[in-house]
Amino acid sequence: MTIRHAITVEINGRTFQSEVEGRRLLCDYIREDVGLYGTHVGCEHGVCGACTILWDDQPVRSCLAFAIQADGAKLFTVEGLAPAANELHPLQQAFTDVHALQCGFCTPGILMTLLALLKHNKNPTSDAIRESLSGNLCRCTGYHNILTAAQLAAERMAD
Amino acid sequence: MIGASIPRVEDKRRLRGVARYIADIQRPGMLHAAIFRSQFGHARLIRADISRARAMPGVVAVVAFEDLNGVGPIPMRLEPSEDLYRALQRPLASDRLRYVGEPIAVIVAENRYLAEDALEMIELEVEELEVHVDARSASKAEAAEIHPGVARNIAHRFVTETGNIEDGIASADAVLEEDFYVQRHSAVPLETRGLVAEYDEAREMLTVWGPTKVVHFNHGVLAKLLDMPPSRIRMIEVEVGGGFGVRGEFYPEDYLIPFLARKLCRPVRWIEDRNEHLKSANHSREQSHRLRVGYRNDGRIVAFDDHLLTAMGAYIRTHGATLPTMAAAYMPGPYKLDNYRCDAHCVLVNKTPAGTYRGPGRFGASFVRERAIDMIARRLQLDPAEVRLRNFIPTELMPYSTGTMAFDTPTVYDSGDYAKQLKRALDEFQYQKRKSWCREQRAAGRAVGIGMACFVEKTGGGPWEYARVEIDTSGEVVIYSGAADVGQGVETVLSQIVADTLSIQIGRIRVVHGDTSLVPFGVGAFGSRSTVVGGSAALRAAQDLEKQLFGFAETALQADRADLSLQNGSVVAKGGSSIPYGELAALSMPSSARDLGIKPGISAEAVFHVDRMAFPYGVHLALLDVDQKTGFIKILKYLIAFDVGRAINPMLVKGQIIGGFAQGLGGALLEEFAYDDAGQLLSGSLMDYLLPSCIEVPDVDLVLTEESPSPLNPLGVKGAGEGGVVAVGAALANAVCDAFEGLVDIRRLPLRPETVLELAQAAKQARRGG
Repeated sequence: MTIRHAITVEINGRTFQSEVEGRRLLCDYIREDVGLYGTHVGCEHGVCGACTILWDDQPVRSCLAFAIQADGAKLFTVEGLAPAANELHPLQQAFTDVHALQCGFCTPGILMTLLALLKHNKNPTSDAIRESLSGNLCRCTGYHNILTAAQLAAERMAD
Repeated sequence: MIGASIPRVEDKRRLRGVARYIADIQRPGMLHAAIFRSQFGHARLIRADISRARAMPGVVAVVAFEDLNGVGPIPMRLEPSEDLYRALQRPLASDRLRYVGEPIAVIVAENRYLAEDALEMIELEVEELEVHVDARSASKAEAAEIHPGVARNIAHRFVTETGNIEDGIASADAVLEEDFYVQRHSAVPLETRGLVAEYDEAREMLTVWGPTKVVHFNHGVLAKLLDMPPSRIRMIEVEVGGGFGVRGEFYPEDYLIPFLARKLCRPVRWIEDRNEHLKSANHSREQSHRLRVGYRNDGRIVAFDDHLLTAMGAYIRTHGATLPTMAAAYMPGPYKLDNYRCDAHCVLVNKTPAGTYRGPGRFGASFVRERAIDMIARRLQLDPAEVRLRNFIPTELMPYSTGTMAFDTPTVYDSGDYAKQLKRALDEFQYQKRKSWCREQRAAGRAVGIGMACFVEKTGGGPWEYARVEIDTSGEVVIYSGAADVGQGVETVLSQIVADTLSIQIGRIRVVHGDTSLVPFGVGAFGSRSTVVGGSAALRAAQDLEKQLFGFAETALQADRADLSLQNGSVVAKGGSSIPYGELAALSMPSSARDLGIKPGISAEAVFHVDRMAFPYGVHLALLDVDQKTGFIKILKYLIAFDVGRAINPMLVKGQIIGGFAQGLGGALLEEFAYDDAGQLLSGSLMDYLLPSCIEVPDVDLVLTEESPSPLNPLGVKGAGEGGVVAVGAALANAVCDAFEGLVDIRRLPLRPETVLELAQAAKQARRGG
């Protein structure tokens, strides 16, 4: 029989207790076991960055970790970002204001990457934004508006 | 709202992470499919042993070709021709494997992990056959046939000709003869493909989530292949993570997954993994050209003769001969080519089948044409802009027929002033100043150069699109559209169009698309057509609905039609009385409608037909710096000037252009489906198939103009989805050649550092030699 391991994970401030197979990917756990489908899986080999989440405030690719590794961790996903159903986080607001998303598939991972950046660097240069986003692929936008949105969000969040 | 750069209605759900893409669809008791694919470039399949896979824990079913009840091949959607039928693909391979990635069997298990475990238990007995990965060698007389009876692997050949090519060549002062090659690459959207299918055994109804692009066409195909009445199949488009032409065509899996759901009477899901995507979703772009261009000493082109091989891959898929057809039809671009010929060949090779990818046929055609013009300019020591200006179709000749055809439609440019657009782009770019700067820098040993490329895009193809607009009793407007949303923002654009006619806020409009039970007819999202054709249909339906509102309000308000107007969700009479749309909708319910003597419901539908396409046009200009030690290209400035006739939402149009540019950049510099001689795909991961990141994509200056509205539709719009991509390879290649002062010529893409380094070394040698 398959051996399952008990894990306790905090996601967006809520605690989840589950039993998972050793080989279960963290992204599959977050999506299918917890039911948070906002984290997207684009390549399953750690290149595209769509599945990026925050793990103890650090951006991490959830397709490159096993769920059991996250036992005891504090995770944060895109669903935790907006303060209420009818409100957007300043980062999300900046994205819609300047058309920084099209299909939206890469967007949750990019939001998580930028959230981590803006936590550590309140006033990032455009080079710093580019550097932080270099591990997130977007096939629709050509990145321009994403960079603009990041800058705009940084300014608004500093106010 | 038309013309306003408003934020999109699609954004909020996608930003909050609550938008549901195909991998997010859950059904009770759902099973998971994994597809066993060929690892051979070309082989005779003697036996596929699936018995051990069937015995694996959690496996519910394994099916191979024999289990499919002799299902027929997947039909063509566009540009079919009789001879192409010989090379159509069946959902699973039977006795021959023709490319790495070809589906052989499907495993269905309780979860994806178990399904993948079982994949490793399938054993094949094969006899390997001669592999062809190159269209030139595959089309030689002695080449082994990939499909029996398709001699020289040429599945289809056609000749497009205007004027007389040999007369043109005879009248030339000189003839340029060159070979060009554009590498195989494709859309590679961030979301892989996927489907969920569920069969309701009690009602004998099948529901399929995940189709997009051409949902209604695929609905018809699936009904035929499954031998079910179309009305018993419901297809539902969910959120789509990027299409770009590749996603949404009818693939083998589009049959297999619904077939299995019906067979097993349980929901079945298949989510493609990235490696699968790279070897099974349509490839595109691979073209080999042999060109003869006759020109006069003043730079005017008098003959343009192209011999084209399109490497179709191992099968003909839904696009039939679309790729070479578009290359051949639109090769002339903005130039007046009185004597033009394209001898086009669909060549089968042992690679993943090809289909359309944003700017199909034209990315390569632009590269070839614009490179040839630069070569002529170099030979004549004329400015490349001057040679272009001497060959443009003058605006006085609009509408202008090039004499070519695609999709049974003659190519008739509807409007445009190409010379004006180039001059504007050159001014904005400060061309003369930058040209002098480049000259100075090159004299000092740097390799900096300017490249330009002009294009005309084909958009707004028909044959038609459907829309229905309704108002519910809360006053909410619902647009039912036959268009599809592949991420481009069609919900916002349709809302903007309808908002103006019906005088209602965007937030009170909802768009329904891609559901065959809610939208009876539809063509879909491809070829930059959604705004042009879908938008026009929505406008017509809204205009009809406006009339209905006035008609009902005449009765309800006891007012004269001439005194009524629509204001922010209400019909308002001159005297001051008014009635909100929601109340009119309530009045139109059957009982009160009967009393009032009106037709129940507020609903209007329209089909907008188009006989001709709309042709936007523009210019790409690049200034770049080549590192002669590493071969690395740094783009210093890039400008795109694009006339789209009319922009419904300029912010979205700009987003399309820059997004397209980034894909063009990938195609010009990075992306390639490389194969070895055995037909093995060498770029099977995103570490090998390189998509541009934000580090590679430079800033782009956009000059968006609306000077030549299309006379073909009531909005005056032309499609804006592909102008950003089609000329990037051409402009960058021309700029690199300029950086080396024409001492070397580029005839192939992509321009990877190793290739550019070779050019740098060749240029150095040429200088020494000279």
